[in-house]
Amino acid sequence: MADTHGRGGVTTYRPSNGAARAATSVPARWSARRRERLLQLAFLVPAVAYLLAFFGYPVAQNVVMAFQHYTTATFYTGEAPWIGLDNYAAVVGSAVFSKALLNTALFTLGSIAGQFVIGLAIAVFFRRQFPLSRVLRSLLLLPWLVPLIVSGAVWRWILDQDNGVLNRFLGALHLVADRPGWLTSTSLALIAVIAVNIWIGIPFNMTILYGGLQDIPEELYEAAAMDGATGWRAFRYVTWPLLRPVVNVVLVLGVVYTIKVLDIILGLTGGGPANATQTIATQSYQLSFQQFDFGQGAALGNILIVISLVFALFYLRASRGAVRG
Amino acid sequence: MARRGAGLAGRTWATATALILTMGLAACGGGGSSATNASSLRVLDYYNIEPDKSIYAQMLDACGQQNGVKIEREIVPGANLIAKVLQQASSRTLPDVLMLDNPDLQQIAATGALAPVSDFGLSADGYAEGVVNASTYQGKVFGLQPATNTVGLFYNEDMLAKAGVTPPRTWDELKAAAAKLTSGSRYGVAFSAPANYEGTWQFLPFMWSNGGDEKNLASPEVAQALQLWVDLVKSGSASKSVLNWTQADVREQFQAGNAAMMVNGPWQFPVLAKTANLKYAVVPIPAPRAGATVVAPLGGETWTIPRTGDAGRQAKAAKIVECLNSDANQLSLGKKRTTVPTKTALRERFVAEVPEMKVFTDALQTARARTGELGADWPKAATKIYTAVQTALTGGATPEQALRQAQNG
Repeated sequence: MADTHGRGGVTTYRPSNGAARAATSVPARWSARRRERLLQLAFLVPAVAYLLAFFGYPVAQNVVMAFQHYTTATFYTGEAPWIGLDNYAAVVGSAVFSKALLNTALFTLGSIAGQFVIGLAIAVFFRRQFPLSRVLRSLLLLPWLVPLIVSGAVWRWILDQDNGVLNRFLGALHLVADRPGWLTSTSLALIAVIAVNIWIGIPFNMTILYGGLQDIPEELYEAAAMDGATGWRAFRYVTWPLLRPVVNVVLVLGVVYTIKVLDIILGLTGGGPANATQTIATQSYQLSFQQFDFGQGAALGNILIVISLVFALFYLRASRGAVRG
Repeated sequence: MARRGAGLAGRTWATATALILTMGLAACGGGGSSATNASSLRVLDYYNIEPDKSIYAQMLDACGQQNGVKIEREIVPGANLIAKVLQQASSRTLPDVLMLDNPDLQQIAATGALAPVSDFGLSADGYAEGVVNASTYQGKVFGLQPATNTVGLFYNEDMLAKAGVTPPRTWDELKAAAAKLTSGSRYGVAFSAPANYEGTWQFLPFMWSNGGDEKNLASPEVAQALQLWVDLVKSGSASKSVLNWTQADVREQFQAGNAAMMVNGPWQFPVLAKTANLKYAVVPIPAPRAGATVVAPLGGETWTIPRTGDAGRQAKAAKIVECLNSDANQLSLGKKRTTVPTKTALRERFVAEVPEMKVFTDALQTARARTGELGADWPKAATKIYTAVQTALTGGATPEQALRQAQNG
């Protein structure tokens, strides 16, 4: 836009142009500008329509649903009586809510911490080129490519208390006296689920952080090395500050992705044992699709959306920082 | 049966999103009741695994041929059926013939999307009482169920013989037998108690046989039944992994010789038959006391006629449902799928022809429908039951406390 304005201004004041010609050319140019504007809008329309139809509408519908007594009957009759905040009162007041909220927080923090630290370590490691480094790096993407239902099923076998590979392995090394119930003990199940989710999340963290590391000029490390900063000090004073904007983006995206994780928990424990791995997301799913109380499920879903939104705002700030950085 | 092969994780947010979207796009609908002479009928069910898949394919085609219609059958995985049905209900695209897992019938009938079978001159007279209860909503029958099943106690004959144990008939005998059969890496008994309705389904025969009731979970009768499960796990006679085992996992443990006895249903017969060197038999679920009646839950699927707004098609659809429920077809399904015919008059003939089904056929005389008492409120109660079971089994609370907590939500 700024470009067109500039050129328009120059043409209008060009002294060689006659007054009459200028008089006809100004509206013509003005309408050309208008046409261009319309064209730009036309290019925007599909994206906006898409966003409204596939994001705006479901979210709005979900917000409305949470204020209604929305059951299976509603699908056929279309009738859903308004019940104000009853759904919110019911889900927040239920005994599971505080536990699910705590689990969601622990699950998110635990997963992100693990994914990020390990992902960063691997990314830094792969900064050096060595034989087969590309192949190895691609192999590390594998957990990302396996469908979550499949990895859930495989991990369920691995973590099985009696015959699981992990317990067999630990037992053979005499590391544990009794076989731990990774998925069946209320104190271990959440840890196990977090561990599996970390495994799934490492490739994402590694890939983005590796991309960020590529942008740090090699000369900076050389200069730092001249000043005696190598190894940890190079990481602390060169890598970390320059990677910060990318780190912010990875962390915030990680939170938004992790807070709503559903499949992996359902696949491993179904929220059990005794709600030990129940999160807001799994609870919302169960309310809607197992107990058919879509209103309450939506209410819980909305609480999750609000939490995600807060982090999405952080993301917007962080990504602006990343662009500037 | 509690949703055979239904991995709960299969349903994801994608389903939810798809559902919400279709609700919005579902503005158009076919109104008005016209009558056409249908040449084909749409059928929806969840028998996506062999042998059920082809057994029903043949039977549906044969029924279609008898009534001069072509069957267009759609099969969806069990976990996706209800989402699909709700989506079709809101877009008025329900099939002509719809199969539902029996505990879901009242939920769907409550929407008003189904037509009572009496509209087409059909009735459930002569069907087992529990089966009729499951298909009844507000006094009207909305589905006819040709086959049912329940759970029993499977035992490994060689293991019991070697240990000198006779198949248990009471809870005390079960505890004693399980303890005696436990040795090394082998557990005495296996059952399924995961955090879903499968766990509830397996606990029900113990809870109901002891006089427990879903209307009041905080009763001594329910607590005693839960105490039995807690004792089995605490004593080491059953693995702690029961908390995460599906019924298929339980069967695998039994097949592998890791469990001498298991609670499971007749749908496991075909797989068990393929296991070499496995000699097994089935007895009823042990009763609380000698002579007490065992009350088992009813499984199986019911066939319904959705209101499609086309009287001609609906009449034809009713003919198909009637055909699936004919005496001959009930017996045929029973034999081929190891299920039990629901018409009580067929029982003797069936047991004479398929003796291995005797235990299950007998158990179904006194069996109850899960939705018989609470109807559409059953899912909430079922959630409370499996939550309480898990809380007690993990030692988070005594059975009494766990049930009281669950009851108070």
